[in-house]
Amino acid sequence: MSSSPYTAMNAVFDAIARQAPVPAARLIKFSRRRFMQTTGIAGGGLMLGFVLKAKPAHATPGALQPNAFLRIDADGILLYAKNPEIGQGVKTSLPMIVAEELDAAWDDVAVEQAPIDAEAYGMQFAGGSTSIPMNWDTLRQAGAAARAMLVAAAAKQLDVPLAELATQDSFVVHAATGRRLAYTALAASAAAFPVPDATALKLKDRRHYRLLGTRVTGIDNGALVRGQPLFGIDQTVPGMKYAVYQKCPAVGGSVASANIDAVRKMPGVRDAFVLEGNGKFAELLPGVAIVADSTWAAIRAKQQLEVEWNLDDAAKDSWSDAEKKAEKLRKFPGEKRVVDDGDVDAAFADAAQSLDAFYAYRFVSHAQLEPQNCTAWWRDGAVELWAPTQTPGSGIRAVAGVLGIDPSKVTVHQARIGGGFGRRLYNDFMTEAAAISRRFGGPIKLQWTREDDMSHDLFRAGGFHQLRASLDEEGRISGWRDHFITFTHDGDRPVSGGDMSRGVFPAGLLANCRIEQTALDWKTPCGAWRAPGSNVFGFVVQSFIHELAAAAGRDHLDVLLEVLGEPRWTGKGDMRSLHTGRAADVIKLAAKKAGWGRSMPEGRGLGLAFYFSHAGHFAEVADVSVDANRKITVHNVTVAADVGPIINLSGAENQVEGSVVDGLSTMLGQSVTFEDGVVQQSNFDSYPILRMPHTPSIDVHFIDSDYHPTGLGEPALPPLAPAVCNAIYAATGERIRTLPISLEGYSV
Amino acid sequence: MLRLNVNGKVREISDAEASTPLLWVLRDELGLTGTKFGCGVSICGACTVLLDGTPIRSCSTVASAASGRNITTIEGLASEDGELTPVQQAWIDLDVAQCGYCQTGQIMGATALLKSNPDPSDEEIDTAMAGNICRCGTYLRIRKAIKQAAADMGESA
Repeated sequence: MSSSPYTAMNAVFDAIARQAPVPAARLIKFSRRRFMQTTGIAGGGLMLGFVLKAKPAHATPGALQPNAFLRIDADGILLYAKNPEIGQGVKTSLPMIVAEELDAAWDDVAVEQAPIDAEAYGMQFAGGSTSIPMNWDTLRQAGAAARAMLVAAAAKQLDVPLAELATQDSFVVHAATGRRLAYTALAASAAAFPVPDATALKLKDRRHYRLLGTRVTGIDNGALVRGQPLFGIDQTVPGMKYAVYQKCPAVGGSVASANIDAVRKMPGVRDAFVLEGNGKFAELLPGVAIVADSTWAAIRAKQQLEVEWNLDDAAKDSWSDAEKKAEKLRKFPGEKRVVDDGDVDAAFADAAQSLDAFYAYRFVSHAQLEPQNCTAWWRDGAVELWAPTQTPGSGIRAVAGVLGIDPSKVTVHQARIGGGFGRRLYNDFMTEAAAISRRFGGPIKLQWTREDDMSHDLFRAGGFHQLRASLDEEGRISGWRDHFITFTHDGDRPVSGGDMSRGVFPAGLLANCRIEQTALDWKTPCGAWRAPGSNVFGFVVQSFIHELAAAAGRDHLDVLLEVLGEPRWTGKGDMRSLHTGRAADVIKLAAKKAGWGRSMPEGRGLGLAFYFSHAGHFAEVADVSVDANRKITVHNVTVAADVGPIINLSGAENQVEGSVVDGLSTMLGQSVTFEDGVVQQSNFDSYPILRMPHTPSIDVHFIDSDYHPTGLGEPALPPLAPAVCNAIYAATGERIRTLPISLEGYSV
Repeated sequence: MLRLNVNGKVREISDAEASTPLLWVLRDELGLTGTKFGCGVSICGACTVLLDGTPIRSCSTVASAASGRNITTIEGLASEDGELTPVQQAWIDLDVAQCGYCQTGQIMGATALLKSNPDPSDEEIDTAMAGNICRCGTYLRIRKAIKQAAADMGESA
């Protein structure tokens, strides 16, 4: 597959998108044995983590720096945030974990974005809601190691046994004498003590946490409200020029000719040139670069740019064609059986009742608010980049590959990111900026316009599901079949987020379940979009279960709990898998908090849905009214979640509220269509984002559980669309099987 | 030569083209990058600044049209000694932001709203803020922060 234009979408992110364990060997070069030793979770849990290195590359003399996550000296306590901040809150929550075990007062702590250093930090990326679960053990150890050294230094200084010392709020305290030594004063002497073995450290019992689980405001909020430069788009370097890049509207097209000479003569333009591209869709596509004295001069010149595109290899993708194909294919069995449990045919033959339904959903865009950008400075055979990327490590490799240089010649500085949602897992903006800077011969800031952004996304794929399920005499679901019509780039593997082969709820819970897949050829690249796969499968399966409950004349809540069955992990020994007991608990809690079963006024209903993704268990109940013109009002959404211990309660609630709003925004009216390979939407006028007046009230309830914590960027989103559609059914008796629901005449 | 009054200071810009939107003059020429580029066509509100106290979309306002008027950007809200306005403080207290990219526009919009309506209802807040997209979906916190700022301003008035 090395010649595929899609190879940049590498295996690590595919694995994350599938929520599969990332192979250790891909993470870092430590041996398997050492890796297992460090994570130290036998037979379950998230097998991710890495060795704490004693000497970080950026160590400074005189400071206590037992690992790369903190530095304590006479001036203060500095914590390093290793992963990109995309709005998921990890620049605050990851250092909070260190501070808790360090016993540092949060107000005493400063936080800095860490440099990119795989040896010191392991993989640094934002994706798959993995920052918290992948770093939970390591960060606790990082804080505890420093704390142990500070206590050892204090014991020596005070000449008392270790056991008589405690720590609190950045001080070592000797209770018997009331003496207190500040961490900052102890740091220099503590640095002389050996760094303790991370795995031997005693970590705090969760009941003794002072910081974790409280509400902490984001570490960058002070800078944000002052408008200080934080984001990629805010970066400047001396002598920097401004660049734009025009690519073929249909992916794969190349430049046949362009009015380059005329563009070069435009006011403020320094240079214009064609880049051939490297043949990879998420790296460098062919196009015309314009470098100018200001962003506006570059944008103006781009408006005058005329390019004749060679469309021989360009995408010809058409959504309307895909719909026609799916309409035919759905009447037949799928190409591949990817799940085949029990005997579905026998279940259907014995059915007391069976139900067929066809669900469809459109492609959607990430539409993060900060358009893609990157500042690059090529000089002396090396390149330095300031990039809003979710995957800086992968970006370094992509840039090195495109420029044909060693990755050690690529330096990336992490900038705060104005929204990720999965789009910035792919680093096309980095490779473009690097290539333009080298060709131009100086530092440039590449700026995509909103139109560039919307036409060159790696889209969440649309899809189609022909479902059939049977009910037995008691109204129980006895058989389930889903013929999923998805898309493929290579004629074999389904696109990112378009694969049910690992089993999708309720597979694994029903005795008789078959999932078949047929993949349509599709050239325009598809990518991971918040809760890949789950964000659409949740809608399909949780709506259809409600359809079955209604057909059986049973309470949806009872049917859902019946499907889950006895409390158990569904993946043997895998504590990242669905636990049916945790699932039942969140469903019952959401139902209770929302007043499930209460009588509702005419035209108003409650809808329930559950989904499990990224190790997070979520149930949501939507309260929706619908008027005669299919105008809906979502009054309230009640969310119950079990994600293990909460790190930052404020951030956690914010993620859930945001997921509800995003879910609603997407299901209401977002749709990307293609004709002749060209995206038909270009800006927020044709791709609407939910606004304040249509935002429901949202109640968030976390179950305080002792399991390994998981991330919150994604798992709250999938249940929203089915909960709202089920509520619309409850209010009107009309079943929605298409997203966005604007296609069926609904609006807000 | 373009002369602009930005955050109480006269700034002279020598080489900006006449058609340049205020947004790019602020960001590229004056280094005031707090004002953000989102859509370029007045739909998202990320580029909101105040012109004589009224919120405008700087991406679609030619810079020369702002000449001779008072331009306030996010960098000009806090006092000279760094004291935040009640709106800025409420944004921190309530941890409004997720990615934070739209919040400049939200804060500028909220600042203008509270100046014209010191005690807005939920509906009045919704109407005033409907032009500002938050892709992360922090609307509930924005509304709450505006109400807190209104209460703080009411107390100190």
